[in-house]
Amino acid sequence: MMNLRHKYCIVGIGETDPGVVSHRASVGASLIAAQRALDDAGLSPRDVDGVIAASSSHGSVPLLSIKVGELLGMTPLSTALDLELDGASPAAMVHYAAMALEAGQCSAVLCVSGYAMKNTEGEIPDMPVNTDEFSSPYGMFGGLADYAMAAQRHMHRYGTTSRHLGLIAVAERAHARVNSFATVKDPLTIDDHQNSPWVVEPLRRWDCPLPGDGAGAFIIVPRETAKDLKNPPVHIMGIGQSHPHAGILDSDSVTTSGARVSGEKAFHMAGVTIADVDVAEIDDSTTYTVLVQLEDYGFCKKGEAGEFLESEGIEVNKAKIPVNTHGGLLSCANVPGIFHITEAVKQLRGGCGERQVVGAEVALVSGNGRALSAHVTLILRK
Amino acid sequence: MQAVKKPLPHPTHESQAFWAGCKNRQLLIQRCTSCGDVRFPPSPVCPSCMSLDSEWVPASGKGEVWSFVTFHQAFHPAFERNIPYVVAVIELEEGVRMMSNIVGPPEAVKIGMPVEVIFEDASPEITLPKFKPAAPEAAAPSE
Repeated sequence: MMNLRHKYCIVGIGETDPGVVSHRASVGASLIAAQRALDDAGLSPRDVDGVIAASSSHGSVPLLSIKVGELLGMTPLSTALDLELDGASPAAMVHYAAMALEAGQCSAVLCVSGYAMKNTEGEIPDMPVNTDEFSSPYGMFGGLADYAMAAQRHMHRYGTTSRHLGLIAVAERAHARVNSFATVKDPLTIDDHQNSPWVVEPLRRWDCPLPGDGAGAFIIVPRETAKDLKNPPVHIMGIGQSHPHAGILDSDSVTTSGARVSGEKAFHMAGVTIADVDVAEIDDSTTYTVLVQLEDYGFCKKGEAGEFLESEGIEVNKAKIPVNTHGGLLSCANVPGIFHITEAVKQLRGGCGERQVVGAEVALVSGNGRALSAHVTLILRK
Repeated sequence: MQAVKKPLPHPTHESQAFWAGCKNRQLLIQRCTSCGDVRFPPSPVCPSCMSLDSEWVPASGKGEVWSFVTFHQAFHPAFERNIPYVVAVIELEEGVRMMSNIVGPPEAVKIGMPVEVIFEDASPEITLPKFKPAAPEAAAPSE
C-alpha cells in the first residue's frame, strides 16, 4: 500500500458562513470558500493546478471541479476530479489529493465541497428527489431513516437508549454555543432532547442535523512547499478507506461501521493508536453515527458506548478525547464532512478559544456517507 | 385539489417478474440457476458466482423483522395521511431481506417478530407486498 505518511500538508482552509446560502451554493459558495482557503494559505490561484470537488447537492453542476478551477483562474488543470461519496467526500478528497501529488500529477490541490438545500430553480424541494422502486412505495425516504434502522438494531442488541444518543446531542450543542461560527446557540439539556418529537423513531429531532447549507475548502501541498506558507501546516499522517455496503439491505452489520477498518488503516499508516488522539471530529449525520464510530475507533468497547457517554462523554474540558468541538452537523452547520476537517485544522493550529482542546497535537477525522456505506479516516498532526 | 400520489414502482427489465408475481399475489424471489443462491433486489448478475442465468421462485412469504423504524414526520406529502407508519427490513425465511410496511399498530412491532406477506393493490397495474404480524410457529409436541 502506498505510504503517504508525513509527506503532504493542509495549508489553507476556507468556509462560507453557514445558513441557507443560495440556490447556486454548489458553485457560488464553493468559490467563496476556495478564495478564503487560498488567502489563508497565502497562495494565488496560479499556484494551484489540481481541483477536487464534491457536491451532494440537488442538480449538481457537471465538471464542477473544472468549473471551479476556471472561475478561479486556475485552468488549465493537471488534475480534475468530481467526487461523490456523500458525506465521506471531503475526507476522501484528502486521500485522492495526496495520491495525485504522490504520483507527480500536480503540485497543489484545491479541495472544495458544498452542499445546497435549494435546487437550480431556487426552491427547496418538498418531496424527495430520488425514488427507489423497492423502498419509496412504502414511504422509506431520507438518509435519516437508514440511520434510524441501524440505531434500532444497536438498541435491540446492546440496550443502547435514546438518552445515550441525547448525551451526544447535548455535548455538541455545548460546543456550538461557544463557537462564533455555529448556527444554533439555544441551550440543549438532556430533558430537552428526550422531550423533542420523534422524526423517524428511534431518532428524535435533536438526533438529526439542523437545516442549512454552505461550503468549505482546503488546499494540500507537499511538505516541502508547506513550510514557507502563511500559516503553520497541518500534517497528514494517516488515511484509510473502507466502504462496507451500498445500503442496509445487504449489510453484514449496521452495529459496526466502516470506521473499524478505515480507522485501522489510518492508525497503522500514522503509527499511532487511539491513545495518542487529542481531539476527534467525526461524522455526525445523526447522533447514532457518532455513537457507533466511538465504539469502532476504540473510545470504548463494542456495545458500551452508552455507558461511555454517561461516564466519560465527549465534551471539551471534560472528556479525554473531545469530539465535534465545533458542534458538528447537529449544531454547527449541516455541510457534510468539510467542516470536520476545517475544525480539526483550527484545533491543531490553536486559537479555538473556549472550545480549544489545550495542547491538541493529533486529530482524528472521519468521513461517512449514506447509511454507513462509505467511510474514510484521517489522522492529522500539528 | 387532488391528493399527491404515492410513488409507485415502474417495473424494469430486471424487476418485471417480481411485480407480475405480486399482481398474482405471489411473492417471488430471484434464484441463480447456476449456484442456487437467492438475491433481492433483482440484478442481472449473481453476486456469488457471476452467472447471468436466473429464475423466479415462490417464497414462503414468511420472515421476521430484522429492523424497523416509525415515521412520525412525512418526508413525502403523499404519506402525511399515514403518519405514524412503520417501514421494516424483513428477513425472509429464504435468507434475503426486503423493505416494506408492517400493517397494524406501530407499537406492536419488534425486532425478531415473525411476519407474513399480504398483498395490497396500489393501482390497476401495481400490487405491493406488505407484511402483517404472524403467529409464531407452533412448538413441536413434547415427548
